[in-house]
Amino acid sequence: MRCIKCRKPAAVEVRRHHSAFCPEHFVEFFDNQVRRAIHEEKMFAYDDRILVAVSGGKDSLALWDVLLRFGYQATGLHINLGIPGYSDLSQEKTEAFARERGAELIIVDLEADYGVTVEDFKRGSERTPCSACGLSKRYIFNKVALEQGFDVVATGHNLDDEAATLLGNLIHWQEGYLIRQGPVLPASHPNLVKKVKPLFRLAEREIAAYAVLRGIDYILDECPNAVGARSLLYKEALNLIEQHSPGAKQSLYLGFLQKGRKLIAAAEEKPQLVECERCGMPTTSEVCSFCRLMERVKIRLRRTRPEPVGQPASD
Amino acid sequence: MKVILRYPKRQELELPGARRVRDILKELNINPESVLVIRGDSLVTGDTLVEENDVIEIRPVMSGGQADALH
Repeated sequence: MRCIKCRKPAAVEVRRHHSAFCPEHFVEFFDNQVRRAIHEEKMFAYDDRILVAVSGGKDSLALWDVLLRFGYQATGLHINLGIPGYSDLSQEKTEAFARERGAELIIVDLEADYGVTVEDFKRGSERTPCSACGLSKRYIFNKVALEQGFDVVATGHNLDDEAATLLGNLIHWQEGYLIRQGPVLPASHPNLVKKVKPLFRLAEREIAAYAVLRGIDYILDECPNAVGARSLLYKEALNLIEQHSPGAKQSLYLGFLQKGRKLIAAAEEKPQLVECERCGMPTTSEVCSFCRLMERVKIRLRRTRPEPVGQPASD
Repeated sequence: MKVILRYPKRQELELPGARRVRDILKELNINPESVLVIRGDSLVTGDTLVEENDVIEIRPVMSGGQADALH
């Protein structure tokens, strides 16, 4: 197989684009897809301060890598979730990446800063750890961005993620999620920071290829809490279709953005956002989901964990 | 050739003869959309011939957990 641009041996085939590329022209293809996403969706400009959510995985590190190469002001935010055998390695990879590039990195330690880990979510809450984990990460990304004056939060969500999420939302007819799903979430409240997904046009395999070609050392193992995750079921199902019908994922997701979303928007009422009584962050109820989660987890932890001698239980 | 797999756990297989990447994936029932195939320092495409003495890694690319469905 030969590169369609230069006829050198191809390293990556992109069937959905009827193409194959050598390493150099693949990176060019990748770059163009990211530029297109940023410009067409008006994600951010060069004078914006971007907070990139980085986990140590291939998507977030690839995102940070490309934004830094393009010359954007991209600071990383890494949250150590306290998952044994996983979180510390993820943090190490992220720190090494930042050091190599001289990039600015903020670390939030869930246990040090909030007194809980994702492992406590399993014991202290009805929600699965994935749901509580996602809720906590989104809350913290927003809070740090707000407090430190960032203009936008960028995450490494890719075409596979978005298509799988869309499929799940359609299977369960989650109208509230469907109307909001997209590569840009605007700041719809003074305490909400705009969120963008610059990699949304790229398939997960293409991002992995970029990471390998750029020599990015990312964490290969999956989160031990996520065995049997529904999202992966949807991804596998979509990849089965894609294998036999290249371009299906992009048709599903990009077609939804162009045509599907407005059909739902016509019918849906906008929820009213108020400010959480505890922390002031936007919510549709009196106390936000994150504060409710923290309260539930900590009450149950106080019942099960022995108190240190001489110290009262802390909130 | 030696084939290094990572999912469901890291394992190494020995396959006989010279084979094309796409045929190896088919035999192992692996969807090409869900993996990268790496030989040494390079990515290889589906039509690449893997020789008797080569070592390749079949690296899953899907994040978000470890599904136990569809197998």
